[in-house]
Amino acid sequence: MQYSEIMVRYGELSTKGKNRKDFIRQLGRNVRHSLHGFEGLDIRAQYDRLHVALNGNDSTQVIDRLKGVFGIENFSPVIKVEKDFEAVKDTALQMIQAQYESGMTFKINTRRQDHQFEYDTNQINDKLGGHILRNVPGIKVKMKNPDITLRVEVRLNGIFLSSETIPGAGGLPVGTGGKATMMLSGGIDSPVAAYLGMKRGVKLDMVHFFSPPYTSEQALAKAKELTSKIAGYAGSINFIQVPFTKVQETIKEKVPEGYLMTIQRRMMLRIAAAITLSRGDKGVFTGESLGQVASQTLESMMAINDVTTLPVLRPLVSMDKTEIIKIAEKIDTYDLSILPFEDCCTIFTPPAPKTRPDLEKTRNFEKLIDVEGLMQESLDGIEVTVIHPGENFMNQSEEVFAELL
Amino acid sequence: MTYFDNSATTKADPEVVSTYDKVSEKIWGNPSSLHQFGEEAFNLLEQSRKQIADLLGASQSEILFTSGGTEGDNWVVKGTAIEKRQFGNHLITTAVEHPAIHNSMEQLKQLGFEVTYLPVDEHGRISIDDLKAAIRPTTILVSIMAVNNEIGTIQPLKEAAEVLKDYPKIHFHIDAVQGIGKGIQEMIMNDRVDFVTFSGHKFHAPRGIGFIYARRGRKIAPLLTGGGQERNLRSGTENLPAIAAMAKALRLLLTDERQKVAKEAAIKRRIFDHVQQFPLVTTFSEDNAGFAPHILCFAIQGVRGETIVHAFEEKGIYISTTSACSSKKHLASSTLTAMRIPENLSTSAIRISLDDHNTLAEADEFNQVFDQLYDKFKILSA
Repeated sequence: MQYSEIMVRYGELSTKGKNRKDFIRQLGRNVRHSLHGFEGLDIRAQYDRLHVALNGNDSTQVIDRLKGVFGIENFSPVIKVEKDFEAVKDTALQMIQAQYESGMTFKINTRRQDHQFEYDTNQINDKLGGHILRNVPGIKVKMKNPDITLRVEVRLNGIFLSSETIPGAGGLPVGTGGKATMMLSGGIDSPVAAYLGMKRGVKLDMVHFFSPPYTSEQALAKAKELTSKIAGYAGSINFIQVPFTKVQETIKEKVPEGYLMTIQRRMMLRIAAAITLSRGDKGVFTGESLGQVASQTLESMMAINDVTTLPVLRPLVSMDKTEIIKIAEKIDTYDLSILPFEDCCTIFTPPAPKTRPDLEKTRNFEKLIDVEGLMQESLDGIEVTVIHPGENFMNQSEEVFAELL
Repeated sequence: MTYFDNSATTKADPEVVSTYDKVSEKIWGNPSSLHQFGEEAFNLLEQSRKQIADLLGASQSEILFTSGGTEGDNWVVKGTAIEKRQFGNHLITTAVEHPAIHNSMEQLKQLGFEVTYLPVDEHGRISIDDLKAAIRPTTILVSIMAVNNEIGTIQPLKEAAEVLKDYPKIHFHIDAVQGIGKGIQEMIMNDRVDFVTFSGHKFHAPRGIGFIYARRGRKIAPLLTGGGQERNLRSGTENLPAIAAMAKALRLLLTDERQKVAKEAAIKRRIFDHVQQFPLVTTFSEDNAGFAPHILCFAIQGVRGETIVHAFEEKGIYISTTSACSSKKHLASSTLTAMRIPENLSTSAIRISLDDHNTLAEADEFNQVFDQLYDKFKILSA
């Protein structure tokens, strides 16, 4: 079916009062961003809906991209017909036939903006319904919860038909919720937390700690690749890599084993907080889920959180691992996340980290290391890369291989 | 030479062989090795997997490499039996499956599993009512081939998928060894199927390589345990040159699939229309959408299949008795037997199997040779 436009309905946006205009403008920008590369699309973010005129582009590809844009409740592919009722009848019939399977029910739902049109709403419903009943053997009309609802909108510039409503990603447009940093390790949880953060409209900068030679180039590439996967929801993402070897080595050398992990995490959060403030971001997201590992007990969180007054946001805090995995699979990060490369959280893990670290002891042990100096050294070594959706970091020979395959 | 035995095996495509050679020479690291050299091999392995997944509309983790069709069939049948044995001991398949399915089922029967073989009609096709009637609370697997390897019948896969939607716990397996690239991908990769078997050498890849599709979330026990390759489901160092070659072969196969299928169908039709005119000929395949475009099976009454095969061979045309697996055992075709074709007729059956490298000119050549031979056969038959 050759559709002429995609009609996008806003989600929660519509309840945002005075901010609504900004939200719609941001959504328009994000949609434009995500549809970058298609030629001739005409995107208009209007007060009640956003319209993407396809001008000959393939609707399925456009729809696939739109499915990843937050702030969209649902959308419908639409066919525009001239104001000729015979043409409307033909198109309506084709659309129903494309979807019809035996036993299905339908209804026609007409809205008329153009009151000069030759038929009124009821007449249109009647005439179209009759036409379909005559030409689709076995189809029945049902007013409540029909299988197919054919929407007919008579506007001033034409008649618009749609019969499918495709759910969007929901949430709020990325960028409307401000900016924050995200501590991205490379495991299953952090990309999911990032996804959920972005779903609430927050634009995220990824902070990734790496510790060569204890962590490999592959682990770094994996974190970048994960970022490029979730960049699909944000347009592009700043990836901030922080050298962490010296910090970890020093902690390992000076701090009692039971507190290695807690103090390491404190250093990470300190550095992340410093980066957050220097970039004008307003909070730190993490992939922590309560009770999952030693560092994720309430006691640990308290001991770690002690280093900053910035909001530390944990979208996964009450989720089960299976729920997290489900989302990871949905956003296609799971297979990447489970690739077995050591990350900086798994090296130097003591056999028995304290699950209930004592805050006072933690503070005292930390005095054994030069917190300020180590932090500064890490911050001086930061590298920032802008990562776009679909960029490839894991497989540098992809193009060479593509010729083989 | 005219090669009409593509259901037995196909000639490896020169481009595919070149991929095989290049990978053998240059990317011979073990994908499991940690160093850069192993990493490169790992990346090629995964890129090949992704290419295959994309071509089939599956996701990367749903493709698992095997040594070929026989392993794939054995794996799905026995792997399901092992994995799901506490949920039931009943398996359903058809009376016309490849021996890789049939004999796996028989082996399971000896271990106490129960097997229902769905009967087929005169076209070699199962009935959906029989399938519905066969399902029990203890059924754990339904295994149906896409295209019969002996006469080319396409089974009602979509209808079976619809039935099985009411039984979401049953594993649904399709043996698509003869079905890939034959214009029915939509039927095979349907929205209910859980496992699908594929074999590389049936589509111009080398021997000894194949893969299965395994729907995400569906569990199957491994048959080959060891070093944990293929997500711990199929151990053994990956046959990377063959895997890359197969990924390429599949891409080539599915490029312009529609035109290739139309070409094969036209060749089949030309031979079909010709041989049908002769009174001693009984055709088992038909020329309609219920049959694959590349397989034509018919018998010449009173002449043994082997005799016909060798007579054509003398004229440089390579065909087979019904299947390569059974032909050397001088057995009557199991598919034709299941169709209740009398043995004196089924032992006279031959199979022509085409691919896109065949031409209409070869069909004409076949028909000419057929005319010459038929006069001799007439005497034999009388």
